[in-house]
Amino acid sequence: MSTILAFAEARDGELRNVSFETISAAKQIDGDAQVVGVVLSDQNTEALADEMIHHGADRALVVEHADLKEYTSDAFTQAAMAVINEEEPDGIVMGHTSAGKDLSPRLASKLDNGLVSDITGIEGSGDDAEFVRPIYSGKAFEKKKLADGLTFVTIRPNNIAPLEKDTNRSGEVSSLDVDIKDIRTVIQEVIRKTSEGVDLSEANIIVAGGRGVKSEEGFQPLYQLADELGAAVGASRGACDAGYCDYSLQIGQTGKVVTPDLYIAVGISGAIQHLAGMSNSKVIVAINKDPEANIFNVADYGIVGDLFDVIPKLTEEIKALKV
Amino acid sequence: MNIYVLMKKTFDTEEKIQVSGGAIEQDGAEFIINPYDEYAVEEAINIRDEHGGEVTVVTVGDEDSEQQLRTALAMGADKATLINIEDDVEDGDQYTTSTILATYLKDQEVDLILAGNVAIDQASGQVGPRVADQLDIPYVTTITGITIDGQQVNIEKDVEGDVEKVQTSLPLLVTCQQGLNEPRYPSLPGIMKAKKKPLEELELDDLDLDEGDVEAKTETTDVFLPPEKEAGKVLEGETDDQVKELVSLLRTEAKVL
Repeated sequence: MSTILAFAEARDGELRNVSFETISAAKQIDGDAQVVGVVLSDQNTEALADEMIHHGADRALVVEHADLKEYTSDAFTQAAMAVINEEEPDGIVMGHTSAGKDLSPRLASKLDNGLVSDITGIEGSGDDAEFVRPIYSGKAFEKKKLADGLTFVTIRPNNIAPLEKDTNRSGEVSSLDVDIKDIRTVIQEVIRKTSEGVDLSEANIIVAGGRGVKSEEGFQPLYQLADELGAAVGASRGACDAGYCDYSLQIGQTGKVVTPDLYIAVGISGAIQHLAGMSNSKVIVAINKDPEANIFNVADYGIVGDLFDVIPKLTEEIKALKV
Repeated sequence: MNIYVLMKKTFDTEEKIQVSGGAIEQDGAEFIINPYDEYAVEEAINIRDEHGGEVTVVTVGDEDSEQQLRTALAMGADKATLINIEDDVEDGDQYTTSTILATYLKDQEVDLILAGNVAIDQASGQVGPRVADQLDIPYVTTITGITIDGQQVNIEKDVEGDVEKVQTSLPLLVTCQQGLNEPRYPSLPGIMKAKKKPLEELELDDLDLDEGDVEAKTETTDVFLPPEKEAGKVLEGETDDQVKELVSLLRTEAKVL
């Protein structure tokens, strides 16, 4: 039986959603495989391991170490390599997140292995598995397969649906001691700019504003709508450049690539660089006063109108739904 | 300080993508320096201007890649190396590129290597970390700030919108993120000077590599365009009606609320 490692990603003692998606991806790669949830963290690893099992991992392996609090390439490489050497897996799945993007190429290099990054779909299974990934900023797609060696992929968050959580699932949780040393990049401080609200890359709904929002205050109605929807707020480069909001909100070719279920583009013209970051969203709504705006070409639903008129009314309408 | 910049040429961001014969049609396309690599070139020049030394821009490509190297020289880089694999490598991947770059860099005196954090065409983000691993030097990805004091390096790193302050030391590889700087445009005198700056051209042979040493570990089996999206529905009527209809459609038709 083959073994596939599904790497969880913990943040502040909790798992990010993409952790569960790695399990589901591993099952798609090989339905008969034994999927091992791997948790690398400084705390709470037993509970996180159980969560991986509840989401479909057959068993779990944890490394708990004080140096695994914040992600550093050196500490996580040592922990991950210890796990890989212990398990000798046939496949590895990680999230294509900030940490996953940093760690996976180094592991692939150490293993002298190929790596298919940022996949959004899996076709076929076993040795014939092919991986679909966007290229040219989502303007095209390619299918890739690994030559010899491990099946090693990173998955784009929000694209491969996790399995249903079932707390009746059980599995063995084992722990591995790893001697972590020689960390050459030391994190001195983390400045949180995104602590408020919903994580953009994992959000199911995003309300994004562009130049049409006109000012920092102009974003307020968007935040109110987002609050009602449980959505994250994003922005186009134009809005960030104009100083209406922080660059941490930027969606596009430079900036974040997102694939929410619902993307509401407000006062965004739809430059090709912005589309690169959001055009794969499942449903797109465009609200813009210019009927010729390019965003309408990718939108499923459009409203031509003044956003300062439309957005508050939309917020009220959503509020009314809940009553 | 010996500074190296890893560069790739990519399609101009405005370029329309067409597929023929299972590959992206390259003929007639305009190429540019990968935008993230431009941040790397700009930062390398600034670091050299402050600390002295030399900036060498390196690319693995074909004879047309000279154009992007000349652009980097015109911005202010001192030397360029083109590793031309046109005749040797049919279908390379990130393993191919990083092995070639690491083999070249092993023979150089290197203090700092800068690269883009991702190329906007293949967008794997693998080459930087792979090169650092092969050279056994530390790396920091997606940096938005860097200051160097002797051997010590202080970095600001973008982590999905948060900022991490990281301390490390030379030799080092970093990959550059938007926000690091505003890349300059080459000046006319810069362009004139660039024509006379040294540009070395190497092939795999010169690095004691053969095709087998750099054989890809992944295979591309198909390239295709996303399905054309059907025209969306523009809602009619007064704002109140539009909003009501939108919410209703999102609930019943799109089923996302």
